[in-house]
Amino acid sequence: MKELRIHGRGGQGSVTAAEILAVAAFRDGKFSQAFPAFGAERRGAPVMAFLRIGDEPIKIRSQVYEPDYVMVQDATLIGIVDFMKGLKEDGILIINTPKSPDELGLDGNFRVRTINATVIAKEIIGRPIVNTTMMGAFAAVTGEVSLNSVIDVVKERFSGEVGEKNARAIRRAYDLMAKGESS
Amino acid sequence: MEVVEGSYAVAHAVKCCRPHVISAYPITPQTHIVENLAQFVADGELECEFVPVDSEHSAMSVALGASAVGARAYSASTSQGLALMWEVLYNVSGMRLPVVMTAVNRALSAPLSIWNDQQDTVGARDSGWIQIYVEDIQEAHDALIQAYRIAESREVMLPAMICMDGFILTHTYEPVVLAEQEETDDFLPPYDPEYYLTVERPLSFGCFAEPDKFMEFRYMQHEAMERARFKIKEVADEFERAFGRYYGDLIQGYNLDGAQIVLVTFGSIIGTMKEIVKHEKDVGILKIRSYRPFPVKEVREALKDARVVAVVEKDFSAGFEGALFSDVKAALYNHVSDLKLLGFVLGLGGRDIPPEDISKIIERSRVVMDQGLKEEWEFIGLRGEIL
Amino acid sequence: MKLRIGAIADPGTSIVNRTGGWRSEKPLIDHSLCIRCFNCILYCPDSAVKYSEKEGIYFDYDFCKGCGICANECSGRAIYMVMEEK
Repeated sequence: MKELRIHGRGGQGSVTAAEILAVAAFRDGKFSQAFPAFGAERRGAPVMAFLRIGDEPIKIRSQVYEPDYVMVQDATLIGIVDFMKGLKEDGILIINTPKSPDELGLDGNFRVRTINATVIAKEIIGRPIVNTTMMGAFAAVTGEVSLNSVIDVVKERFSGEVGEKNARAIRRAYDLMAKGESS
Repeated sequence: MEVVEGSYAVAHAVKCCRPHVISAYPITPQTHIVENLAQFVADGELECEFVPVDSEHSAMSVALGASAVGARAYSASTSQGLALMWEVLYNVSGMRLPVVMTAVNRALSAPLSIWNDQQDTVGARDSGWIQIYVEDIQEAHDALIQAYRIAESREVMLPAMICMDGFILTHTYEPVVLAEQEETDDFLPPYDPEYYLTVERPLSFGCFAEPDKFMEFRYMQHEAMERARFKIKEVADEFERAFGRYYGDLIQGYNLDGAQIVLVTFGSIIGTMKEIVKHEKDVGILKIRSYRPFPVKEVREALKDARVVAVVEKDFSAGFEGALFSDVKAALYNHVSDLKLLGFVLGLGGRDIPPEDISKIIERSRVVMDQGLKEEWEFIGLRGEIL
Repeated sequence: MKLRIGAIADPGTSIVNRTGGWRSEKPLIDHSLCIRCFNCILYCPDSAVKYSEKEGIYFDYDFCKGCGICANECSGRAIYMVMEEK
């Protein structure tokens, strides 16, 4: 079983990201579970969401304390939230920032991948909503969900032009990260 | 199977039961259930009278009135909302109306908390409602369909609460098999009460009962609860035949064969416990599915070979101990000897229950097994540094 | 009678239960003073004041509890209370 913790701010779609990835993973033939760090929803406040993906039905209902992956949707959380807490050795941190992993200078026995998701989202979707772009990055970096499933689920969730734009943003992020580049 | 939110799964099950009247007042974390149902009605997917009300007291009163005219009625609430329904809960059970509600578990104020524990429904334990506590989203969905069959059977005629942990089950997305309308129709016949209000045959429900009759009405409720024991079992078996899913009858055991330590609990914590217990050879879990009627004989039978029993719950009675702990001890007294019982209270007001908390409880139980009983009950996960 | 579940009872039990026996005073009427305002009929809590063309205002003593509201409300002071003789 693999565990992901998503950090973001209220209104950035962190909970939706966990949910869509759960549906996508299930469509790939795996079991999945997604849930938020339950709180009173406030736009802009730091929030967390969790995702578990496994080959067996998932029974455990605790929050995720030792994630395999951490995804940070908003670089302004650096210094505010301890998003590296519990991240496994050899785990992966995926963070939305214009900086390179070296520039971030994060200490730990985990890999860091950076992506400038805000720029991609603004350019393709027209709004700085990064959750779908980050999903594309997650699919490329971890291989836990397939690109096609993520795109299919997003298109079902957001119909028409909005769905198409989000799908393009996902694909752009996927291609960039699959090539090993930081954007 | 599809991945859906817990609240959606519950609303879907309600829809398949074809209620005539739904009345509920939105309150976190029950809100998504009611929103989904309102959407079904607005979209024409569910033909039903959806009655918006000014409070939970009114919501349950509407359900009461609807049930009395022979309608299948549904409501849902949690915490403060359930507390505000209190007097109507007793009216519904006293009038023997088979209203079914989803009681989402949330802490009671004060301090103000919107998060999960089980104080609210445990407090409603004595209200004359059948109480079934569910372990996961699939069971929350399935138990709802079972509940109407149990509640509406002529030999029972009691209201039923399906108790599900707020947020932990209502707001989680996981794979669920959603019932088909047709298979639900085959399983659940239309409500056919013996007595109902109609202008052709006027009746009074819940009449004035003087001291020469009141006790008898209460005794009849007790007898109905006794019959509900068998009905819950029967319906669980029939549900398994129809849908292929089973969660136990009044209880369900895991790893009980040869278990020296048994964890007794109800609700969603069982999922986390199962993950821990699969690595522990001599530790089993006893899930209390039906809290009322209480599975007295089943608990005795399931625990007769254990050496230490740890009762784990998210509620407590200030000035004594956890309510489930008291009930389990009472059921065993006079019947099972050489058994040490420990009570643990955790997860109050949404405190997350990490696997280590369960491991700690097992450790404590081992110490008692080796060295005998010292502390009978305790809080787990207390933050000593801020006390 | 065996009890029904839910304290469910047939209606109309007040017809069977003749509450007139509770009375210590009873109303009488002086028809020459009655102006047919019917306040007595409107105010009677037990619907025990009746009227017919032939008899004018009369009382159903099976259900009149003798509260005296009719006498109190009577516009023409036609209704008055007397001690019940038993």
